Amino acid sequence: MFTYVLRRLLVAIPTMLIIITATFFLMRAAPGNPYALDRKLPPAIEANVRAYYNLDKPLIVQYGMYVSGLVRGDMGPSLKLKDKTVSDIIVEGLPVSAFIGAWSLLIALFVGSGLGIIAALSQNTWRDYLVMSFAVVGICIPPLVMGPLLSLLFGIQLGWLPAGGTDPRLGLTLSHAILPVMTLALPQVAIISRLMRASMIEVIRSNYVRTARAKGLSGYRVVTRHALKAAILPLISYLGPAAAGLMTGSVVIEKVFQLPGIGRQFVDGAMSRDYTVVMGVVVVYAGLIMLFNLIADILYGLLDPKVKYS
Amino acid sequence: MTTAADTNAPVSAPVKGRSLWADARRRLFSNTAAVVSMIILAILTLAAIFGPMVWVHDFEHQYRDRVLESPTLVHWHIMGTDNYGRDMFARVLFGLRVSLAVALVATLVSLVIGVVWGAVAGYRGGRTDQIMMRIVDIIYSLPFIFFVIILTVTIGAHLESPVQKVILLFAAIGAVEWLTMARIVRGQSISLKHKEFVEAARAAGAGSGAIIRRHIVPNLLGPVVVYVTLTIPAVILAEAFLSFLGMGISEPLTSLGQLISLGAGQMEIASWLLIYPALTMVVTLVCFNFIGDGLRDAIDPKDR
Repeated sequence: MFTYVLRRLLVAIPTMLIIITATFFLMRAAPGNPYALDRKLPPAIEANVRAYYNLDKPLIVQYGMYVSGLVRGDMGPSLKLKDKTVSDIIVEGLPVSAFIGAWSLLIALFVGSGLGIIAALSQNTWRDYLVMSFAVVGICIPPLVMGPLLSLLFGIQLGWLPAGGTDPRLGLTLSHAILPVMTLALPQVAIISRLMRASMIEVIRSNYVRTARAKGLSGYRVVTRHALKAAILPLISYLGPAAAGLMTGSVVIEKVFQLPGIGRQFVDGAMSRDYTVVMGVVVVYAGLIMLFNLIADILYGLLDPKVKYS
Repeated sequence: MTTAADTNAPVSAPVKGRSLWADARRRLFSNTAAVVSMIILAILTLAAIFGPMVWVHDFEHQYRDRVLESPTLVHWHIMGTDNYGRDMFARVLFGLRVSLAVALVATLVSLVIGVVWGAVAGYRGGRTDQIMMRIVDIIYSLPFIFFVIILTVTIGAHLESPVQKVILLFAAIGAVEWLTMARIVRGQSISLKHKEFVEAARAAGAGSGAIIRRHIVPNLLGPVVVYVTLTIPAVILAEAFLSFLGMGISEPLTSLGQLISLGAGQMEIASWLLIYPALTMVVTLVCFNFIGDGLRDAIDPKDR
């Protein structure tokens, strides 16, 4: 087990390096530079600024400096936001994104698997059809549609919840988080309920579940003690893609609800060629996704006795 | 996935010989949700193709005296007008046309890459297969949409015309969506090579041409067709996602994603600018998903 985790972490290093290299050179292939977009600087000053950020050095040297900085945990200064390092920006933004993302994931897992189990246990009844219709509609209402609509309905028309933004004093409060979390969770709830239904249906048809029933166990106990553990396995391997989906969605909802998370920093950074911020966010997101995939694989191994780590 | 032919082979065995596709068609047309979706989608597609030609308003024409009118029958602004006095119904029709076009082309791109990649990996097997699928695994586990964003921002800035940017968009989205297709095709090719019914056909004296035509292609085609129907809505979403962030379709062209983005910015004063494009997109996506599900149940009846 320990060697398995160690090996996975070792494999993660070259993968990360590929991501960093690809992002770095792609970003630099773009025409224009961070200082070409706003008001024109006098040439002498621009040269000074570029020298300060090492933008005047050859590309390969910049790349080397960036990677060696990264190893020491230094992601460099933001090229656009004065007096801020990329680490500052990520430390400020990540809690907001993580708060929304974690709640969405939790809600998606519990509500989604709950709905999936209900649908599976009452297969081909109105309850099943209701849940599955909800799932199809849920998959088809992406955050970029749901976000503005919820904000319009609950934020502006009804005035029950803030339409967006954060509290000026308290930051991200629960009432500010409800609509973004609902928006982000909905497609995942839908996908997970479909996964759970399919997996549960397969499990309750299996022989050992029939045996448990034949022994006289109640339907409830058969599900909770016998079927659930096996049915939950596909859900665990979906953790990685779910995390990726949430991060993609976070970019949208942070724009819709005006939240100061790192998804928004990424988009703003890409638009204004703030190379270091873009790199920083990609590194953090890629790292998180790899972490989620690793957790999923470890959990899978713990729950499924057929999987052996070698 | 692979059992379509197992279950169907005995059915098509009797002398009368109903083909696999006739069976699938019958099952598909008995699926109400799929049939209704096909009808709605046909109407939407026709509206997207011919609507902008026949509708009384042009999607770009600005009526300076009719800015931000709510939906009204006066002058036939049935979905209102936007902040430049442009007819929203015409814009939604045109946006739908662009979204569908992007979806079709990008899906085609992903189809070609995915089928070739998956088929080569599946048929060659061994080391080639391992390396090719390892690449797919690595890309799969990355926040790939972020690369699409970087790609559209960096290369997009080199391009002048909006048409070139649209082509870049096709390529960028198609390049992301091929991964699952490659996995599906690879899995199918590997399992089909060793299937009993293929061996049986060979033993019965069928040539490899007949085997490929009668057994391999239909079984490969089924999952691919299903997946294509499910890729189209995914691509529509990806395009909307990019356009929403201001990185996809840009003026003077428009798409549903861009309309939603513009509408979301003005929803407090003019909710119809958001609601109609959003509704159109959701209906389109729901239709594609129901058709995709219906096709899957029809072609691969295992999961019913």
